[in-house]
Amino acid sequence: MALRTTVAGLSSPEDLARALTGAMYLADDGIATAGYLSLALGKPLLLEGAPGVGKTEAAKAIAGILGRQLIRLQCFEGIDASAALYEWNYPRQMLAIRQAREGETLDIYRDDFLIERPMLTALRRPESTVLLIDEIDRSDHEFEAFLLEFLSDFSISIPERGTLRAAERPVVVLTSNRTRELHEALRRRCVYHYIAYPEPEREAQIIMMRSSAVAEGTARAVVHAIGLLRQEPLAKPPGVAEAVDWAEAATALAQAGAPWPEAFRRSLGAAIKDEEDFVHLRPRLPLIIPGLAA
Amino acid sequence: MIAALPAAARLLVAFPTLLRGHGFSVAPEQTTSFLMAVELLGPRSIEHVRKAAVATLAPQPEQRILFDALFDLHFLGAIAEPGDEDFAPDEEMAVQEDAGSREILVGEEVNETGQAATGAEALSVRALQPADETEVLRRFARVLPTALPRRRGYRHRGARRGQSVDLARSLRAAIRHDGEVMSLKKLRRVTRPRPILLLIDISGSMKQRSDANLALAHAVVQAAPRAEIFTFGTRLTRVTRALRLRRREQALSEAAGLVADWDGGTRIGDALQAFLAVPRFASYARGAVVVVLSDGLERGDPAALVSAVARLAARAHRIDWLTPLAADPGYRPETEALRLIAPALASLSNGGSTARICRHILLLGGSAAA
Repeated sequence: MALRTTVAGLSSPEDLARALTGAMYLADDGIATAGYLSLALGKPLLLEGAPGVGKTEAAKAIAGILGRQLIRLQCFEGIDASAALYEWNYPRQMLAIRQAREGETLDIYRDDFLIERPMLTALRRPESTVLLIDEIDRSDHEFEAFLLEFLSDFSISIPERGTLRAAERPVVVLTSNRTRELHEALRRRCVYHYIAYPEPEREAQIIMMRSSAVAEGTARAVVHAIGLLRQEPLAKPPGVAEAVDWAEAATALAQAGAPWPEAFRRSLGAAIKDEEDFVHLRPRLPLIIPGLAA
Repeated sequence: MIAALPAAARLLVAFPTLLRGHGFSVAPEQTTSFLMAVELLGPRSIEHVRKAAVATLAPQPEQRILFDALFDLHFLGAIAEPGDEDFAPDEEMAVQEDAGSREILVGEEVNETGQAATGAEALSVRALQPADETEVLRRFARVLPTALPRRRGYRHRGARRGQSVDLARSLRAAIRHDGEVMSLKKLRRVTRPRPILLLIDISGSMKQRSDANLALAHAVVQAAPRAEIFTFGTRLTRVTRALRLRRREQALSEAAGLVADWDGGTRIGDALQAFLAVPRFASYARGAVVVVLSDGLERGDPAALVSAVARLAARAHRIDWLTPLAADPGYRPETEALRLIAPALASLSNGGSTARICRHILLLGGSAAA
């Protein structure tokens, strides 16, 4: 395979990082490298990490800088080919058969009886779409095995129509929350990156970029508190999305007249979304939120 | 083809081979991607080579420290094998995950480890004696897949009777009769065996049962469609991957090598809290049959154990606590911790022998398969 060192005007990971920043996504070195390699090698990008670290956002940002439509396939347990690939419109086929006149030849496997699902759409229009296969760890092993054929050849077999093959390799991003281990065969077909929680400095930048109303001091206070929360044994540790929500919620309360540490505490529900976690944290709150009276 | 490679490329190609030797699975196509990635990135420094390696050879996050150590060893010639002075046991993590290899010890915290172990620990590593209960385990493994409790799955299958209409099959049948619908084909939900989660106490007071329980865990991993095994004493160790090795002796010695807290004290509450604090581990318990093999002699704070079991019970299908102490017919849970958690348990019964534990697990699905 010939190497394309320039993809969509990007000739290095640094280029991609800059473009992603323009699309409101602050990428670290690792994700910029993996993203660039994925585009250049024509391989799917597999992003793993805790919920809320920005895996789906990364896919959206990549679609944004490539100027393509993002097609999202949300995985769930029991997802199968008819939800991911295509389905025939059976009622319409049945109606057409009933309405067909004697002696008329009828092709019930025409395009207009075919309902495209996300993977087929991405295969048919690879130059204008980015396919996001979200939370692949939620699907079962059967679906993962089924994905392998798609991800290695970018082809789909429809028994009634034969094999459809993508003219060029579509851009595919897979995400996983690691609730189960993915099959090695899937991992090896992808360029891989594990997204960890961002460094405090970067997280503060993300908050301020996402929400212009949040003051720098608020962003830093939130990042500091979130860092402490992530060290606690919580059922649902807060992700970056929660950090942004918390900063916005605290800002909104403060603007509505609540005094500062109190606004911060009252909006904790934007970051912590589990009753047991609340109970666990209650005695530690004065440590996590500075200035809060015990 | 390898012979024609320049010396620099030979060094690159040799790295995946080194990784395979340490339990990483690297496919030949990943080696090719690695070479292309290095070319794409410049490479201007050794860090570019490292980035290319991480992106294309895809080490799991918990393998990352070993991966970096091997990378340094290979490309920088650094001596990565940690000496005792570099990695004192106290720096090991409370939650250990089987990295698939033990040749280079890794004693570093990774992102999802939960709390660090504290307090005095009696750490010891020892070899396992193979248990002499092979026949019991063989029969157990044969029956287990059908004996586990089942739940409704999300997939459908054609059936004579069912809840919904199978349009695809109905249409194909109708075509044979010129579009006349003679009979509607039906679909029904398939059922799937529930996952099984085994939590094995390997503390000093369970010494008599530890080896046999691990051998039993090996049979469970081999037979059940979805199984997860953790050991705990003063810390928590995931041994599932080691137990996936088919040969029992090899699997058990691999697993035994991962566990660092043999025959130490027991802090069940802390171990279960650590289990629940890693969202990935906690998700293993969702809808699962949880079997705890422990005498429940808790040295830590009972409050931690009680809250952990309550949280576990909220996730799991059922929790069965099997203790060797219940071999005595007059046994009553006497420790405060066990008394407090008893209401959250589906059963608290005899875990005194492999045969009894096997029988109990086989009866969980309500069949008389045992």
